[in-house]
Amino acid sequence: MAQTPYAYFPGCTLHGTMLEYNASARLVCEAAGVDLRELKDWNCCGAWSAHTTDYMLGLALPARNLQKAEAMQLPMVVPCAVGFSRMKLAMHEMENPAVLSAVNQAIDKPFKNSVVVEPLLKVLASDSLDLEVKKPLQGLKVACYYGCLLVRPQKILKFDDENNPQTMDKLMSRLGAEPVDWDFKTECCGAGMSMPRPDVVNRLSSKILLAARSMGADCIAVACPMCHFNLDFHQREVEAERKEKIQMPALYFTQLMGLALGFSAKKLMLDKHLVDPMPMLKSKGMAA
Amino acid sequence: MARIGVFVCHCGSNIAGVVDINRTVEAARKMPQVVYAADAKYTCSEAGQSAIRDAIKQHRLNRVVVSACSPRMHENTFRRTVASAGLNPYLMEIANIREHCSWVHGDNKEAATSKAIDLIGMAVAKVTRDEPLTPKRVSMTPRALVIGGGITGIQAALDIANAGHEVVLVEREPSIGGRMSQLDKTFPTLDCSACILTPKMVDLAQHPKITLLTSAEVKSVNGFVGNFEVEIRQKSRLVDHVKCTGCGTCWQKCPENVNSEFDMGMGKRKSIYIPFAQAVPNKPVIDTASCRYIKYLKWAETKEGKKPPECRICEKICPTGAIDWEQPEQILTEKFGAIVVATGFKTFDHSVLGEYGGGRIPDVISGLQLERLMSASGPTGGEVKRPSDGAHPKTVVIVSCVGSRDDRIGRPYCSKICCMYNAKHAIMLKEHDPEIQIYIFYIDVRTGGKDFEEFYRRSQQEAGALWIRGRVSKIHREGKKLIVRGEDSLIGRPVEIPADLVVLATGVEASDGVVGLAQTLNISHDSYNFLVEAHPKLRPVETHTDGVFVAGAAVGPRDIPESVAHGGAAAAKAIGLLSKEELATDPMTAIVDPVKCVSCFACHEVCPFGAPEKETLRDGRTVSVINESKCKGCGLCIVACRPGAINLRGFTSQQVLAEVTSLWR
Repeated sequence: MAQTPYAYFPGCTLHGTMLEYNASARLVCEAAGVDLRELKDWNCCGAWSAHTTDYMLGLALPARNLQKAEAMQLPMVVPCAVGFSRMKLAMHEMENPAVLSAVNQAIDKPFKNSVVVEPLLKVLASDSLDLEVKKPLQGLKVACYYGCLLVRPQKILKFDDENNPQTMDKLMSRLGAEPVDWDFKTECCGAGMSMPRPDVVNRLSSKILLAARSMGADCIAVACPMCHFNLDFHQREVEAERKEKIQMPALYFTQLMGLALGFSAKKLMLDKHLVDPMPMLKSKGMAA
Repeated sequence: MARIGVFVCHCGSNIAGVVDINRTVEAARKMPQVVYAADAKYTCSEAGQSAIRDAIKQHRLNRVVVSACSPRMHENTFRRTVASAGLNPYLMEIANIREHCSWVHGDNKEAATSKAIDLIGMAVAKVTRDEPLTPKRVSMTPRALVIGGGITGIQAALDIANAGHEVVLVEREPSIGGRMSQLDKTFPTLDCSACILTPKMVDLAQHPKITLLTSAEVKSVNGFVGNFEVEIRQKSRLVDHVKCTGCGTCWQKCPENVNSEFDMGMGKRKSIYIPFAQAVPNKPVIDTASCRYIKYLKWAETKEGKKPPECRICEKICPTGAIDWEQPEQILTEKFGAIVVATGFKTFDHSVLGEYGGGRIPDVISGLQLERLMSASGPTGGEVKRPSDGAHPKTVVIVSCVGSRDDRIGRPYCSKICCMYNAKHAIMLKEHDPEIQIYIFYIDVRTGGKDFEEFYRRSQQEAGALWIRGRVSKIHREGKKLIVRGEDSLIGRPVEIPADLVVLATGVEASDGVVGLAQTLNISHDSYNFLVEAHPKLRPVETHTDGVFVAGAAVGPRDIPESVAHGGAAAAKAIGLLSKEELATDPMTAIVDPVKCVSCFACHEVCPFGAPEKETLRDGRTVSVINESKCKGCGLCIVACRPGAINLRGFTSQQVLAEVTSLWR
């Protein structure tokens, strides 16, 4: 299959706590003809901390990565919503020539701010990709959860609607699954409050989990490591607080894609989740 | 020999506080052909004006320069002053030393004085070359065109017709009645809307002086005040309204159901339909977008896709043979002396606000949709049932300011009517079901109007509505409930209310198509497409185009009493105009020198008013000639004329050059 090359910025979590996102992303990308060329010597995107600490640091960190993609003359694809958001917002700031020239000095590299940055979800949901669906996700009700950073602020990110995005829903339909019509697609999961205020995260993510359940979803599909952490890791605490089982698996959309394209649960690292998706997947006949 | 008098105004301290008046008068006295110069505290006062009249007589003045405020303010005043002393009113010029001088140069009195002297010098140079001008008289067509058949247009049409003038009312929908006909009841008295509106609609239709054209639009407007020539497009209805008796057999039998625009999508109508039971005229039209036979005819041309049924049921059962598939669109040309624009409003499209789920979540509806659900003639027969499952809601949340007071979406203005209709909805919902609980989120409650505050109190005391001060951030579904999340800013806490039905109080927006109509009529609209009055306080129904009046919610958010008042006000202005037998036109128009004209007709291309016409001279040459009735004196043709054959009376090229030359002294 013809491969379309992209400069790949995985971001820290895909090399750390969220290996399953990286693994599944690489598998489905290869199958779909998306050639991921990882940036050499990439660095932290700044995440939550940099831009809240120092304006220039918040721009220089993403800019150093963006410059590498620009030098490769390839569009950059980012699987992590945090990383995508940082890249796009930094580029927006650097539309001001004075800011761009200051950043150029800081990273000591010529950077024109001309690189195209796309979220992995958009690339993989493109209609032009030739997807060979071997095992359609027939009968699987998926609550597609986009989180906030992938779509907000809509005017700058220009990806999808900030209240009712459709990209992942359409992709799930294409794979044979049934996306549920729900109203929590971009509600706050608690994000970076995970460590300092777990109580806030528990409250917010419980709403998302319960809403998905009330709409009859079998699982939640995510496109952000932070969202995944808050919905998966925190689910135990939510269950303990509510004294009830929820057992709502949160899976990366790339893992669901991988299943449909015929990859094994093991290769897709479905065993990495704290809420085990296997019983649900087995009951649907989607995993052995 | 000109004998010019210069009158320098102090305007209290407005001018005198900055400009050295004595020096200015002294300088004026030395200007060429000036035989008299004086100052006055307020030239526009009776004392100031009589001083001018006296000086004209005493010093035998034949030209006058008033050096005061902007000509926009008092040009007409001083023209009348010199005319009453026997001078031609166009032999008076104004030097604007207030807006153009003292008001803007308060920080430099020396320079301001010298500029004032220069401005007077220019006016003196110009007035020396002024020629006496005489307005032309044109006849008046004593008929009015009213555009828009809502309550405002109905009121205006009835008032004008009752004063004895002929009226043509043009409405683009198949029935008159407008937004008011969609309402169940009206605030603050809870009169049934149809009961007070329908008699007026019938009066209008039966009035011997009124011609009603529905399914019609204004296509073009030519001419000028007193003599407008208007082309009206009578759209094809495919039903011959002369033969049709309105028996109703056709719309009962029509097999095609589509969403009813009148019911705001809450109910269905047929392809051949009247919009609502009390429609005027009570005769149907065929909607060509959904009609099966029309679809069949389109298919028959190309034979592409599936063959639609060749229905024609209405034609087969019509007892009078009124269905006319060949009925053409017609263009009617009519003459009018005055035009009243009453194109009304539409409500904000709430699907723009994704966080409220409007248009996506079935049980989140607009205020106008609720009206249709509450109306006895509505799709549910007046039972308030929620759209998703037909259940009777027990908890209803109303959200104010949806599409109003919201900078984010370019709607910073207050829609004015929503607070009151929210109170009305609360009272009516409680009447429908005493067990219902109503919550209303608001930013401010605005009840400026007669008996309005009392009505708002009634919604609290009688209907028990709880008004929560704060905005709603999100509406989401949880099972069959709608969870409304917002802020209660009085207790400083977020609140969540589980509701069965959510009503969005959608704001007021200008009607579709009003921009094109404004261009056709040569009147202005603001950035929200509301029409602009000639003066927001003192000329509320006039426009800058003489003879064109505006009224009702086309000008801005207005409730029914105000719209009726404005409709009546516009009618009064139109009646005043139509009662004149003749009109005087402004003589400051362009004139072509046929000797210099080279027949390039560049003037025809640039004129926005269609004033230049062609005339064949006795020597066989065809040259341009200006129709003075159409010319507005804008000067575009003068710039475009290469041989310099066109001049503007009262503003000749020679005069402008003399003004500029005076500055070289």
